[in-house]
Amino acid sequence: MTTSAATTTETPSVSQTKTGIRFWRRLCRNRLVTVGLVIIALQLFTAVFAPWLTTYDPTAQDLAVKELPPGSEGHWLGTDEYGRDMWSRLVYGSRISLLVGISSVVLGLVGGVVLGLLAGYYRWLDGPIMRLVDLMFAFPGILLAMLVIAMLGTRLINVVIAISIWSVPTCARIVRGSVLSLKDREYVQALRSMGAGDGRILFKHLLPNCAAPIIVFATMRMATAILSTSALSFLGLGAQPPTPEWGAMIAAGRDYMWTAPHLTIIPGVAIMLVVFAFNVVGDGLRDALDPHMDVTYES
Amino acid sequence: MESILQVDNLEVCFRTAHGEVPAVRGASFSVRPGEVLSIVGESGSGKSVTSLSLMGLLPESARAMGSVRFDDRDLLRLNGEEMRELRGNGISMIFQEPMTSLNPVFTVGFQLMEPLRIHRDQSKKEAYREAVRLLEQVEIPEAKKRMEQFPHELSGGMRQRVMIAIALACRPKLLIADEPTTALDVTIQAQILDLIVDLKDRTGMGVILITHDMGVVAETADRVLVMYAGRVVEAAGVETLFHEPKHPYTQGLLQSVPNVDDSLYPLNSIPGYMPKPGEIQRGCPFHPRCREAVEKCRDHHPPSFAFGTEHVASCWLGEEEGEAHGGSSAG
Repeated sequence: MTTSAATTTETPSVSQTKTGIRFWRRLCRNRLVTVGLVIIALQLFTAVFAPWLTTYDPTAQDLAVKELPPGSEGHWLGTDEYGRDMWSRLVYGSRISLLVGISSVVLGLVGGVVLGLLAGYYRWLDGPIMRLVDLMFAFPGILLAMLVIAMLGTRLINVVIAISIWSVPTCARIVRGSVLSLKDREYVQALRSMGAGDGRILFKHLLPNCAAPIIVFATMRMATAILSTSALSFLGLGAQPPTPEWGAMIAAGRDYMWTAPHLTIIPGVAIMLVVFAFNVVGDGLRDALDPHMDVTYES
Repeated sequence: MESILQVDNLEVCFRTAHGEVPAVRGASFSVRPGEVLSIVGESGSGKSVTSLSLMGLLPESARAMGSVRFDDRDLLRLNGEEMRELRGNGISMIFQEPMTSLNPVFTVGFQLMEPLRIHRDQSKKEAYREAVRLLEQVEIPEAKKRMEQFPHELSGGMRQRVMIAIALACRPKLLIADEPTTALDVTIQAQILDLIVDLKDRTGMGVILITHDMGVVAETADRVLVMYAGRVVEAAGVETLFHEPKHPYTQGLLQSVPNVDDSLYPLNSIPGYMPKPGEIQRGCPFHPRCREAVEKCRDHHPPSFAFGTEHVASCWLGEEEGEAHGGSSAG
């Protein structure tokens, strides 16, 4: 145990920052998590600063320089079959994958958290909500996504909607489980006895207590969301050409596998790295946020 | 003096798989301002259920009947919103487990400001100042520092002080303390009890102290209610109860308190178990364990007999000495 008697008597601000530092140390104790964090940071950086990191428009064609291999002058990652700069497309693609990932996870969380909170807290809502969730679980994820896209049309925004719907049932189950174990705690009874209403108890007090599993779920779900977006785009159901989406880039590069393999390999590696990063960070967060793990940590 | 709480014939039943099970049967009592009423009894005697029914916090499977008058209103007839408005405002409660009664993810200050934000429309600044004052009121040193601390950084006694501060935030007229010291060290127990009594004297609120510890009763209570199997079996002022207990159950409880001054003092226990709620029984619920039970106890439930002012016991032994006091239970 790291929490020595000394920390309890220190001033609060010090002990809070200490908790923060301890958390990061615990998170980064696993080397893979550090690697994952670096990859995510890089993706964030390229996504935010895309216009400053590239010299070419990712959709501008230049047939004079098509299918240049990586390492060519002016195009260090080469160009694709229409002479578009691969580096620019990769960088702008990271923007799309991050945007789609975040927005679909956030949307899915909102739905899942609300359903889970209600199902866990109100007994009479538990049955109906959880049966609805079971129904959603009955569909394979990608099939559900294809169904939604078939109904709404092939646009990136519809991919976001499809993937967020897919996240709802899992999230609802996680939150419901946490609420079920939390709602009989004494502090909930104490809150009721001081006149707190259900809304305050649920959203202000119980929700932060469920934060750990939700954060882990959201991180892992980012990986799934990014992978699914690419998969759907690869199948032609998501981003449409010339959008520089990684899955769509692989789909387009497929025909040039023998003449210009970098068209599929580069976006493929990008997807792999990002999915890997979110998965290991999610794993690391699960360990770091688990209070029982504190025992194994030595100062 | 006018009482702030008047409970008449309170009945609480739980719906279970085996039908309706009564947990409290015909309890009647009152609390006056500035008074500590102690409710004592074994586990399952109905003392906690009584307090939860006053707060309107009974589980959905329970049903309360009778009348509970507080501030000229019958609490059992208030709707959910009216009752919520009253909780923490007119009536507050503190619980047995200070270790788990605070939300672990928020600071002490945040939780202290909650009742103020719920019931008083105070700005953050006002609520903060008020919260610091409350912490000082419950004698917590370095109040401003404590505001920023999390519950796990405080000791059990400190946390119970914080719980008391939260309960008193909106200056309630009645405080219900459900075994507030059971989970604490003996030395801390005395401090917390002193604090509750001291705050009661300063604010003039009434206190219902639920406990199974006769030592706590002797130290703090003004009047005592002894409950057994959901019924009030004896009610008296604390002096009277300790010196002249009428009900054999009360006598048994008093004899089962260890005496530290006399090393040869025999520690008695009451043989047997309390009947489970819902167990069908005739006569006095205590008669199977009672040393003085007579034939009558087996078949007829004893009514309440009064012995002077404010002392009633429901036992056939008092039939000759006491006056019939109406109803089938003491109050």
